[in-house]
Amino acid sequence: MILTSASPATLLQRLSAAAQWLTSPLLPDDYLGLINPLWGAGELCGRVEAVDAETSDAATLVIRPGRGWVTHRPGQWIRIGVDIDGRRHWRTFSLSSAPGRSDGRVTVTVKAVRGGLVSDYLVRSTAPGTVLRLGLPEGAFVLPEPPPPRLLFVTAGSGITPVMAMLDGLRLDNADGPDVILVHSAPTPADVIFGRRLRNLAARWPRLRLHERHTRSEGRLRPADLARLCPDWTERSLWACGPPAMLDDIAAHWTGPADRLHVERFSLVPTAAGPGGRVRFTRSGREAEAGGETPLLAVGESAGVLMPSGCRMGICYGCVARLRTGQVRDVRTGQVHGEVGDMIQTCVSVAAGPVEIEL
Amino acid sequence: MPATFHSASVDTEEFGRELDKIRDEVLASLGERDAAYIRNLIAVQRKLELGGRALLFASWLPPAWAAGTAALAVAKILENMEIGHNVLHGQWDWMRDPKIHSATWEWDMASPADQWKHSHNFVHHTWTNVLGKDRDIGFSAMRISPEQPWHPIYLAQPFYNALLALFFEYGIAIYDVELERIPSGKKDPKEALTQLRAVLAKIRRQIVKDYVAFPLLAGPAFLPVLLGNLTANMARNVWGHTIIFCGHFPEGAEVFTEDRLESETRGEWYLRQLLGSCNIDGGRLFHIMSGNLSHQIEHHLFPDLPSNRYAEIAPRVRALCERFGLPYTSGSLARQAGSVWRRVLRLALPGPGRPAAGEPPARTLEAAA
Ligand SMILES: Cc1cc2nc3c(=O)[nH]c(=O)nc-3n(C[C@H](O)[C@H](O)[C@H](O)COP(=O)(O)OP(=O)(O)OC[C@H]3O[C@@H](n4cnc5c(N)ncnc54)[C@H](O)[C@@H]3O)c2cc1C
Ligand code: FES
Repeated sequence: MILTSASPATLLQRLSAAAQWLTSPLLPDDYLGLINPLWGAGELCGRVEAVDAETSDAATLVIRPGRGWVTHRPGQWIRIGVDIDGRRHWRTFSLSSAPGRSDGRVTVTVKAVRGGLVSDYLVRSTAPGTVLRLGLPEGAFVLPEPPPPRLLFVTAGSGITPVMAMLDGLRLDNADGPDVILVHSAPTPADVIFGRRLRNLAARWPRLRLHERHTRSEGRLRPADLARLCPDWTERSLWACGPPAMLDDIAAHWTGPADRLHVERFSLVPTAAGPGGRVRFTRSGREAEAGGETPLLAVGESAGVLMPSGCRMGICYGCVARLRTGQVRDVRTGQVHGEVGDMIQTCVSVAAGPVEIEL
Repeated sequence: MPATFHSASVDTEEFGRELDKIRDEVLASLGERDAAYIRNLIAVQRKLELGGRALLFASWLPPAWAAGTAALAVAKILENMEIGHNVLHGQWDWMRDPKIHSATWEWDMASPADQWKHSHNFVHHTWTNVLGKDRDIGFSAMRISPEQPWHPIYLAQPFYNALLALFFEYGIAIYDVELERIPSGKKDPKEALTQLRAVLAKIRRQIVKDYVAFPLLAGPAFLPVLLGNLTANMARNVWGHTIIFCGHFPEGAEVFTEDRLESETRGEWYLRQLLGSCNIDGGRLFHIMSGNLSHQIEHHLFPDLPSNRYAEIAPRVRALCERFGLPYTSGSLARQAGSVWRRVLRLALPGPGRPAAGEPPARTLEAAA
């Protein structure tokens, strides 16, 4: 009996290989996907099952992930591919739900940024039933196991999302759970994402202290405010997520050990640009003239090259491609770098003179 | 047949700018509607194929055999023409869907997508109807223009054109390997061998699928399923051959000599594409079944615009041609196919001398003033 010795996984692989003879040149997945897109394993999909408004410009998407999903750790993010006007766009979103929900679903919570293409579409134009492409959970902005005894979270705006997933897993109802302080900034009380839920949790769990900072009336949170609200702030383990200026401030004033400071950035502030160059994509044979501000990712996308992508800000490495000739400038540091064969992140690299990319 | 005209009197560059304008307008307006078109078409094609194959399992009933075979033939035609050919042209790359992209698509054809993209998208679409450059002229094996010197072998071309129609996909695959260029050293025999291996690997999968696996699965219906699949494949071959030959080789389509290419401008390129192509008239369904190659003129002017847009811009292109006094060749399928076959038959024999009645000579068009 050959079959009994095979594990279910390899048995499935063999069946699938056999089925490929029937579906060639397509894959069995391509036909399964006709019936239900969540069944195909080749391209991970998720179906939006509900869209719950959180504030006037933020909503939580409840998503049922399809075959191939892997459970996340609280704090991690996923790439989400959305078709808008016929074109696919990828962005990164933190999972706002704790892992292992009994209904098998996960959530992301999106805040519509002004002029933002994907965030606006997800918050305002996504109906239940929409199928999204998903990436697997990634990222190191997670709590260690077991969690440290004293924690501080500093968040602003949509930066609360990864922390919401963490809070749910911290067992704060437990008397010997950790001591947690959350300092969260939003323009007004009504703009606080998860506002009601956080206030309820803080009321129920003495081990969670919540400080809301309403920036429209009180101004932006400064490191000095942090020291006032939480005198032992640099002695705690700190997880911070919010706008670049806030994170830079915190990092500059942090005096505790570096491995206790954890920062998640949702957006990127590029440095000054230089002159660009001609970009050639060797495999697809496409070419384009690129300015010194346009990331190679955007250059390739407009030239019709199938560019892999994700966060578009240098975090996920979903966009790396091989450099064949030339050099690139890192928009985050301004540094010009690159040798033949280097894998470069196209989303944060601009051409520094003529370059060839293997895509 | 259009009257011979003198392109020197045409403002080619203005003509080119007008065409660029149409192209830019279409590109700017691509969106949800177009994406829905190709997604729906792909879904319909796949369901039709599944339905056809399911029906063929009951093919001991003659009506089931006929319906199953017809459904499968239509599915295979859609897969090759309106879907495969156009996806491989990059018409849908703007959607950035890796499942519907020229870089990843593979089709139910003996030619591997990569080889075909080179010989078709690059060689044929760049050198359209230029003698000695466009290998698609008579697919390098036939005399389709009086400019090609006659050889006794062409006496047999009516016969092998019919054979080519039946086995078109294999003809294209072998043709893509460019065997005829090996003796002159223009093609590396090693590369040709690698390509041939890839072709054989694809043919093997096709044969196993259509002539072994599905017939075996059908058990007692082995033979009717095999025959149904064979019929569907042949029907697709004959259909593809007919449409493609009607696009370039009926009377009215011109061939050009190589000196035409020197310092060719964008406007002149457009003009050459226009003069080398012929449309076929028909309804919406016919256009879809022909992969919109019935809009061969529009396709050659804008090979990477989504095919669902060709019918929309055709009246504008035709009006432009009228305005510039340029021929816009179009005719019914019967007329165009008849014209192709007349040419294949006539040119099997030596001659005619130049200029010949009924045969447009290859012209060197002077650059427009
Ligand atoms: C690891 C990671 C996790 C993330 N998690 C979340 C999350 O849980 N919820 C969430 O809402 N967003 C999250 N983001 C941000 C998200 O990925 C998008 O960048 C954001 O939604 C904007 O995309 P857009 O297409 O709407 O804007 P675009 O059309 O790409 O940009 C429009 C304008 O908005 C600016 N912009 C881009 N991103 C931001 C931003 N974050 N804040 C303010 N302005 C911005 C751009 O500079 C540009 O000027 C995360 C990002 C990263 C890298
Ligand atoms: S897209 Fe995430 S690192 Fe480039």
